[in-house]
Amino acid sequence: MKVATVSVPAAPPAAASILEAVHVTQRFGGLVAVDDVSLSIAAGEVLGLIGPNGAGKSTLFDVLAGERPPSAGRVLLRGQSVERQPAEARLGAGLGRTFQIPRPFAALSLLENVMLGAPRHPGERLWPNLLASGRVAAAERLARGRAMEILSFLDLAPLAREPARVLSGGQRKLLELARVLMAEPAVVLLDEPAAGVHPALLETIIARLATLARGGLAVLVIEHHLGLIAELCGRAVVMAEGRVLCSGTPAEVLADPRVAEAYVGRPAA
Amino acid sequence: MSGSWSGWLAYAASFGVMALIQGVACLGLNLQWGQTGLFNVGVAGFVSVGAYASALLTTAAVEGRLGGCGLPLVVGLIAAMVTAGLLSAAVGAVTLRLRSDYLAIATFGIAVVVDLVARNLTWLTGGPLGISFIPRPFALLADRPLAYAAASFALVALITFAAYTLLERLVASPWGRVLRAIREDERAAASLGKSAAAYRLQAFVLGGALMGLAGALQAHTIGFISPENFAASVTFQVWAMLVVGGTGNNRGVLLGALLVSALWSVTGLAIAAGFPPEQQARAAALRIVLIGLLLSLTILWRPRGLMGERTAVSRHLDADD
Repeated sequence: MKVATVSVPAAPPAAASILEAVHVTQRFGGLVAVDDVSLSIAAGEVLGLIGPNGAGKSTLFDVLAGERPPSAGRVLLRGQSVERQPAEARLGAGLGRTFQIPRPFAALSLLENVMLGAPRHPGERLWPNLLASGRVAAAERLARGRAMEILSFLDLAPLAREPARVLSGGQRKLLELARVLMAEPAVVLLDEPAAGVHPALLETIIARLATLARGGLAVLVIEHHLGLIAELCGRAVVMAEGRVLCSGTPAEVLADPRVAEAYVGRPAA
Repeated sequence: MSGSWSGWLAYAASFGVMALIQGVACLGLNLQWGQTGLFNVGVAGFVSVGAYASALLTTAAVEGRLGGCGLPLVVGLIAAMVTAGLLSAAVGAVTLRLRSDYLAIATFGIAVVVDLVARNLTWLTGGPLGISFIPRPFALLADRPLAYAAASFALVALITFAAYTLLERLVASPWGRVLRAIREDERAAASLGKSAAAYRLQAFVLGGALMGLAGALQAHTIGFISPENFAASVTFQVWAMLVVGGTGNNRGVLLGALLVSALWSVTGLAIAAGFPPEQQARAAALRIVLIGLLLSLTILWRPRGLMGERTAVSRHLDADD
């Protein structure tokens, strides 16, 4: 009985972490944007990262995604130190990310946008296109089939041939998720997937993310929409002024008076 | 009667040869700028390097100058592409990671350096006098102008077609899709695992190699090269072809090459006919003015060129629809 009731489990401490930040610090001149932050995410876990604007969440994201090396600390991806590797090496190592303001390739069709996520596609190298055309064609067929499956999963299939510029803001967020899923990542970083999204579409996003997590995908999500956090996340980490303020289940952290204080601001002295 | 007829035909064919040769350089520029967004303002330098490389390898030995290996034409053409490609790789490797302005400055600088080397390194390049007696294919036909011009045209047209086909294949490939993605949004492309620097370098080298090929074809068509053949105005002309024809469209590039070359030739004839000999050198400047005018009118009325960029998709996607 006990075994059968498990739904989206909070990661047991023993579970191998997919992604780990170890004492990560990021300074910009005199400003310490991220101050000695450690966190870890296991397979199938959805970890929420919340906190007021300016708390350092996006900077931490950038470090995890390889946009910049941290001033100090390490980033472990499936146990490997990756903090010195550039952003373009992350996806191949199993980490995908989306952007707070979505960045679709506007002139390319949705299908092409998603196919760009295909892992190890021989046609993306110069020579196979000239010397091994058959192999490229086969890889393209495979990638197209997979891309259409992902677009269907995210309810975007009817728009597959449209250029990405026709999409609404919420659909762009879905498209970014589709692109990243194409690469079959072990962990994804989602930067405010709910911001500016139509409520009906938000339901879709939440449901799909839950499905993906049940399939073993690890998700780190920055979000101000506390409904999404409560519904999806087994754990949430609260950041304020560059540090981890507290962590626990969404209910626990939202009940913590320090969290409310961080959002509202301390009373003036 | 038939003599003058064949004379015009021979003129048209040799015009076609020069237009297509510029077209090959312009295809290279289109890959760099049109597909990848790399601003190369040193086209003449890469064309020049290809011309000299092929000339040095294919001419007969000359006292006091290096080279003169007397190798076959095809070796010269390949060496031209390799040399210009290597130069592009060297320039690209140090500048493509930087902001795009640096590439423009670097390519301009390279063209100046190549020009200075060509003028002053006499033991290698023949200095201001250049290199003459560069072997011409079909030299056996030299006393039959029409046959010579037709054969040259056929050869250059074949090479141009090959370059065009190769590029169209690459544009409509997953590789071309990554180039477009990088051009649109480098950061998003990086998040999908694409290294912008690596793709830019490939496009830059391939484009540079085509410019080198164009230089070699020019050398073997005229049979003589000197630094004057690769003045900055060559860069200007190739850019004019690209903008007039349609940035990003390889067919437009070839159309632009024909139009700009035609304007160049027709005005050349008109100046020869309409100005007294002592004024002709000055009147020649009008040709550049006219190309400038054509460029300005194109930008005003058809900013995307006569044939704008088509929405390219991977050809593998169209195949089974």
